[in-house]
Amino acid sequence: MELYQKTIHEIAADLKAKKVSSVELTKATMAHLKAVEPKVQSFITVTEEVALAQAAEADKRLASGSNITPLTGVPLGIKDLLCTKGVQTTCASKMLEGFKPPYNATVVERLNAAGAIMVGKTNMDEFAMGSSTESSYYMKTKNPWNLSCVPGGSSGGSASCVSADQAFASLGSDTGGSIRQPAALCGIVGLKPTYGRVSRYGLIAFASSLDQIGPMTKDVEDCALMMNVIAGHDEKDSTSANVAVPDYTTEMKKSIKGLKIGIPKEFFPEGMNPEVTEATKKAIDQLKSLGAEVHEISLPHSPYSLAAYYVLAPSEASSNLARYDGVRYGLRVPGENIVEMYSKTRAAGFGPEVKRRIMLGTYALSSGYYDAYYLKALKVRRLIKQDYDKAFEKVDIIVTPTVPNPAFKFGEKTDNPLTMYLEDVFTISINIAGVPGLSLPCGLSKTGLPIGLQMIGKPFDEATLLKAAYAYEQSTDWHKRKPSLKEN
Amino acid sequence: MALSEKDVQYVAKLARLEVTEQEVAKYTQQLGNILGYIEEMGKLDTSNVEPLTHPLDMKNVFREDVVVPSLTQTEVLSNGPEVQSGHFKVPKIM
Amino acid sequence: MAFEDYEPVIGLEVHCELKTATKLFCGCPTTFGNEANTQVCPVCLGLPGTLPVMNGKAVEFAVKIGHSLNCNIADYSKMDRKNYYYPDLPKAYQVSQYDKPLNYGGYLDIVTKEGTKRIGVTRAHLEEDAGKLVHAGGKSGRLDSSDYSLADYNRGGIPLVEIVSEPDIRSSEEAHAYLTALKSILLYIDVSDCNMEEGSLRCDANVSIRKKGTEKFGTRTEIKNMNSFKFVKQAIEYEIKRQAAVLDKGERVIQESRLWDVTENKTKSMRSKEEAHDYRYFPEPDLVPIILDKAYVQKLKVELPELPGAKRARFEKDHGLTAYDAGVLTSEQELGQWFEVGAKLTKNPKGFANWMMGDMAAQMKEQEKELQDLKFDQKKLAELVDLVDAETINSKQAKEVFLALFNEGVSPAEVVKSKGMAQVSDPKAIEAAVDKVLADNPNVVADYKSGKQGVIGFLVGKVMQASQGKANPKMVNEIIKKKLDV
Ligand SMILES: [Mg+2]
Ligand SMILES: [Zn+2]
Repeated sequence: MELYQKTIHEIAADLKAKKVSSVELTKATMAHLKAVEPKVQSFITVTEEVALAQAAEADKRLASGSNITPLTGVPLGIKDLLCTKGVQTTCASKMLEGFKPPYNATVVERLNAAGAIMVGKTNMDEFAMGSSTESSYYMKTKNPWNLSCVPGGSSGGSASCVSADQAFASLGSDTGGSIRQPAALCGIVGLKPTYGRVSRYGLIAFASSLDQIGPMTKDVEDCALMMNVIAGHDEKDSTSANVAVPDYTTEMKKSIKGLKIGIPKEFFPEGMNPEVTEATKKAIDQLKSLGAEVHEISLPHSPYSLAAYYVLAPSEASSNLARYDGVRYGLRVPGENIVEMYSKTRAAGFGPEVKRRIMLGTYALSSGYYDAYYLKALKVRRLIKQDYDKAFEKVDIIVTPTVPNPAFKFGEKTDNPLTMYLEDVFTISINIAGVPGLSLPCGLSKTGLPIGLQMIGKPFDEATLLKAAYAYEQSTDWHKRKPSLKEN
Repeated sequence: MALSEKDVQYVAKLARLEVTEQEVAKYTQQLGNILGYIEEMGKLDTSNVEPLTHPLDMKNVFREDVVVPSLTQTEVLSNGPEVQSGHFKVPKIM
Repeated sequence: MAFEDYEPVIGLEVHCELKTATKLFCGCPTTFGNEANTQVCPVCLGLPGTLPVMNGKAVEFAVKIGHSLNCNIADYSKMDRKNYYYPDLPKAYQVSQYDKPLNYGGYLDIVTKEGTKRIGVTRAHLEEDAGKLVHAGGKSGRLDSSDYSLADYNRGGIPLVEIVSEPDIRSSEEAHAYLTALKSILLYIDVSDCNMEEGSLRCDANVSIRKKGTEKFGTRTEIKNMNSFKFVKQAIEYEIKRQAAVLDKGERVIQESRLWDVTENKTKSMRSKEEAHDYRYFPEPDLVPIILDKAYVQKLKVELPELPGAKRARFEKDHGLTAYDAGVLTSEQELGQWFEVGAKLTKNPKGFANWMMGDMAAQMKEQEKELQDLKFDQKKLAELVDLVDAETINSKQAKEVFLALFNEGVSPAEVVKSKGMAQVSDPKAIEAAVDKVLADNPNVVADYKSGKQGVIGFLVGKVMQASQGKANPKMVNEIIKKKLDV
């Protein structure tokens, strides 16, 4: 096994035992990254210089033997909507080409403090709007399991780079499924934490009341290790909750005997891909055999979550993306006067999907339509949240498929935006309710594409999710499968 | 509520997006479809439901009134597409 | 229709910058007058990814303003985004308050010629200020003729409280009185510098007119860009006349924003290609609601100082001042405090007040002195008041003593002593002087006797002159009259 194929917990042991230095590891990882990058195209920016400097620092730390964390010296990918000081941060948009933030996102600061290495900024859907990473201005990231398929999105680059061993783990962001869906499609673990669990400071906003940063990793233990570093209150984010953070690796290893699992009937609609239904049911049986109790539950308003989402998210986005006006940073297209400059800049800087959502959100908030769309969606949001509150009175976690289908081919869903939006039908209500959701591999389709299992938890109870996921993972070997990096 | 091309033009103007005629036609059709889907929500009776703006039940997050160093002028202007004598320069407003 | 047949209906929107040390949502300083774009951080520059964190002091100041304007303090309040594009607004939305303002339903009493009048305060909400634009190039540096503009975000994000009045104001004088009273309160409670030149107090006026006796409001215009109370008064007066002329011609007033042009003394249409405002307000998702603890709100109320209105009433009652005098002495907190200390040191607080508002105010203005620069305290001024009341010196001498007091800080009793100024009130001495003057001026005496009683002033003057100003003028007057009227 090559060094870069290991997990964080494996390589951390090697680094600590000085079997390998961080510089050696980083160089080896970087060489592999570059070798496969033409095939998968995970990165908008490869930060080799930064990585080697960080690795040299990490080696000093490792040599001193003090202040070592499981991430010290470990190469990671960072989604290109997380601000990195002095390093281009584009949100995969032409609008922000060349933009170098003068500050670091809080999560980046925390990774730096832990001694982690940044190998690059990963590709994504433009401004995180999409489910296939096809809306990136820069490149099309490929699914390592089948290069003619999409990696999912919006955190497609963050998923593919972990799946293809270009980084040991990555950070993604999830507004309606953007961590879990690509994690499912690329056969890795992805966790969207509770809203407020991880600081959003430095995350370039798509929809502020839904966005959350989370880890994308090769296995559940790595996910817990990443959470140990990034979770917790940040005074720079008013919506970051001051709730104690447990040691996730300790919690994770506890037994799931007697754990109550809810299966919502609304998440198994007729006409769903039978392979996905099959894999999910098998996984539920597996959990049962490990001691969990299974209950059928109902989340009656979840069929409305996609509709509510396509009001709430674009509305917030239309305001969040108004600042790209060509005045202070980013693209400017000259104009005769200010209005012309604004309109030309924004027309040239944003791609079609971003424009579509800005238009949709602007419309939903505009005078005369606010009550019918925005206010209505906020009320539906309460109903959806209440469904979860009620369900969690009876069960500890909820288990569903992550995505209705395995990865699809490029261009398959770009003509009709609605079909693309339906990709997120199982993940969206979790963001609306603000609860945590995790996806982990639970099977492969006949064509060799990964299938994801979604676990949904109580607010701030990521520990139980990780515990259930770890128990399941340890009893299967889906997480040990490696992609072919070939076209099919 | 049927979406008209006039609506699309109005919204594009509000959002400061220059749109071509073809784009207006395309958006009218696409946004119309999406809105049709969104209007599914109308089936739910929400007359007695309070809106929920935020998933978290938080209040009163306040900061101390203590000065933190600002950026330097060079840093502030470093990403500016056009700057002049310490300012961001913009074309005429009227 | 005659101008007098119209009744103006005026509402004022005042933006007041709070004097917190830092901005509303970031730690940048709020100091005025520094080099452009040096008080700016990623948050107030609206850089992608940044988030606001509310300044608790700003909330405290805003609640104090609410209390002092007799407002209800909201049980539940929240911030909203007001979306519009303008290059002074870095995020292309202003974080403000829409349907749940922090303070609502208050009032402010103003003093007018007709007595006190109550002006409703609709709301006083918290929001962030925008940056500043310099309109450059072109001929004049004015907005409508410049080639380009330059943006400075030092001011962007400074906390503002927007105070909106009900349309209860009926004249430019009332508008002026409202602003004066409001400014006085804001200074009393120490939440703002209220400096109009530096822009820490700004006022827009909504003005309409209607036929006297009718109920329905006319179409209003919004007047902006008035950076002194004087201009507010002038602009409102101009606008009332302009609207009256429009109606008299049988035309209709257009609802629009108008700018006050200081050089031409008129309001001018902003002529923007009037796109209907559609601010798309919605709750700011990056901030959480403000649900203040009742005890905290009450504590802020208890801690407020005595406000100008209450102090005015007390000065009238306790010190026998007229409404006008009480108004002057309570217009600034320090003035009222200075007076109150002095009022306790004399039996004649009214006389003390007269000195303060008369010679003392005049000298302070002339010599550009503030209260804290004075070389004397209230005890010494009270001494002067008592010397006059005891008729130890006359009013003319008192003026001289006051100058010595003001310029050198010497005690009035000592001035009187050292200069031998004590007033001559000895009837015999005065009689002697009077006799001499009457004897020296037989023609004048004859004039008097023939009925020209006015000449008595001349004779009094002569006696005063002879006594080197020391004679008691009242006694001189009485003695002359007694002698001539025999
Ligand atoms: Mg305002
Ligand atoms: Zn700042």
